[in-house]
Amino acid sequence: MEPTEEILRDLHRRMVRIRLFEEAAGRLFEGSKMPGFLHLYVGQEAVAAGVCVALHPDDQITSTHRGHGHLVAKGGDLRRMMAELMGKATGYCNGKGGSMHICDLDLNMLGANGIVGGGVPIAVGAGFANAYRGDGRVSVVFFGDGSTNIGAFHEAANMAAALRLPVVFVCENNEYGEYTRREQTMAITDIVERAAAYGMPGSIVDGMDAVAVYEATLEAVGRARRGEGPYFVECKTYRYYNHHGVQTLGAKYRSDEEVEEWRQRDAIDHHEKRLVESGVMTAADLQTVREEIQDEVDDAVQFGEDSPMPDPSTILDDVYSVGGAGGR
Amino acid sequence: MTATETPTGIATRELTYLGAFNEGLRQVMREDPDVFVAGEDVGAQGGVFGAFAGLADEFGARRAVDTPISEQAIVGLGIGAAVVGLRPVVDLMFMDFVMVAMDQIANQAAKLKYMFGGTAQLPLTITTAGGAGLSAAAQHSQSLEAILGHVPGLKVIMPATPYDMKGLTVSCVRDNNPTVLVLHKRMFGVKGDVPEEIYEVPLGVARVARSGADVTVVSYSRMAEESLKAADHLSDEGIDCEVIDLRTVSPFDIDTVVESVMKTSRVIVVHEAVRFCGLGAEITAQVQELAFDHLDAPVGRVGAPYSPVPFSPALESHYVPDAERIAAEIRATVEG
Repeated sequence: MEPTEEILRDLHRRMVRIRLFEEAAGRLFEGSKMPGFLHLYVGQEAVAAGVCVALHPDDQITSTHRGHGHLVAKGGDLRRMMAELMGKATGYCNGKGGSMHICDLDLNMLGANGIVGGGVPIAVGAGFANAYRGDGRVSVVFFGDGSTNIGAFHEAANMAAALRLPVVFVCENNEYGEYTRREQTMAITDIVERAAAYGMPGSIVDGMDAVAVYEATLEAVGRARRGEGPYFVECKTYRYYNHHGVQTLGAKYRSDEEVEEWRQRDAIDHHEKRLVESGVMTAADLQTVREEIQDEVDDAVQFGEDSPMPDPSTILDDVYSVGGAGGR
Repeated sequence: MTATETPTGIATRELTYLGAFNEGLRQVMREDPDVFVAGEDVGAQGGVFGAFAGLADEFGARRAVDTPISEQAIVGLGIGAAVVGLRPVVDLMFMDFVMVAMDQIANQAAKLKYMFGGTAQLPLTITTAGGAGLSAAAQHSQSLEAILGHVPGLKVIMPATPYDMKGLTVSCVRDNNPTVLVLHKRMFGVKGDVPEEIYEVPLGVARVARSGADVTVVSYSRMAEESLKAADHLSDEGIDCEVIDLRTVSPFDIDTVVESVMKTSRVIVVHEAVRFCGLGAEITAQVQELAFDHLDAPVGRVGAPYSPVPFSPALESHYVPDAERIAAEIRATVEG
């Protein structure tokens, strides 16, 4: 189905929102204002945006260690996100989770995950609940190429297929598991081949093209919603920054030329060109969107910086709902 | 005796330990349509031990779900279903298989609520069968509660009687947090009085299984039963034991233990798990922190030796503590 102008604008807005959020996070990290690890999503925006625009608000997603983009695309509150990344009490997880565990259950975003492949069985569980209730909801699991080498992925993919659950598997194949090239860790080129082993249909899409991702997801989600079982979408994409941190160039494990080649195919540039050429938005409109979102991001950073750190007295909160071992 | 726990005037009849589990589960499934069970062979077969017998007949394959042999995905299924509002019971068959699913249990389920700033409820019950004594050898006999108890966010429950089994099963399923309910394989056929109606036994509360004045014996699961046998032998020798069955091993009821120690001034801890780094070490440490001035002897510990569970009955019977070994340790503590 040809996306409407509204969908095209929505895809753009979500991608820019991810990009500007992530770049602000990177600057804070560089300035030592952000503790812990930072796995930036920049480069892969078309995947999160394309998938989430195709979902209903009550469809669930699970995410990865590179999870900010998924929450932003699901409609995450940038203030609470930025505060969480800074470890502040006002963050999504009250400072308990940080970048790798960011979540918003009200938005049906069931969490980033610090364990590669860890979210896959959980998404299948959410899909089970959807089928159990027969409420027509679909769960979507985002995972990288690397996580398909983890046992949990295979167990969960097989289970989803065997139980015919409404789960869409979105593989973000960005060609690297941390700092190791994909071809060093698996003997296949297309990860979707693995889906066939479970009797799960799938397809490959250009993960730098938000419209292509949107259309593929729409079809996959539609199938799942109709009770036709899980579907696998492999998105060929690329991360501009290293696995961790804010460096893009000068790495030993990949060449600067390769990074530059992928940047030439930038998902946002590509989509903006399409919007202008098709007359959906003018250059001035694009500029307005960027300025609005930059204001929102700046406000989020300010909110995070102004927010208090969590009180040490909260350290035992939420280990259990009630009771617990008294922390002894 | 357990009878002291059973409220008077309530209709009871004899059930086995395993039957009590089945009945508790069946009754919570009747009252709450969000409860389902999933695991290897729990549907048509009713579980390899029969723990889930009849559930598929009564509730259908939708609520008694046969899964692939995929422990990580079984626990993940439970986590995902629980975090969006169902109340899953997932079965890991043997406690040893907890290790196969440890990422989902320890890194996901236990921490979800905390990592998510309290926004997630996780009403997940993991059931499994632990314990040695059936020549099931090193990978089907372990007592791994100390490993689970060491992970904040998990409640670990190890019933010792049919009455407690049913009530604790109900409490685990109704609890809004991850619970691991460990059945002991050698107790499946143990019989006891169990009320017909549904009831809870509170999590985290110990039971004084036998009152006594001379020494406190802290135990749980099958070793609570062995400790009671040891206490019976010793009463003939004039040693009056108080036996505490913790019922929940994490969080454990230290208050009941300390109250008892203040009366008896002597304590030993008995478990089937390997003694080294076992729960007994933690209980011992807490007793000396909280009741040092009341102790008249070092805290005694009984547990398995530091080895995998051996296969041969000749070795295994030496491995698993029994009433005789417990009695010897109690004598040493009382006389020491």
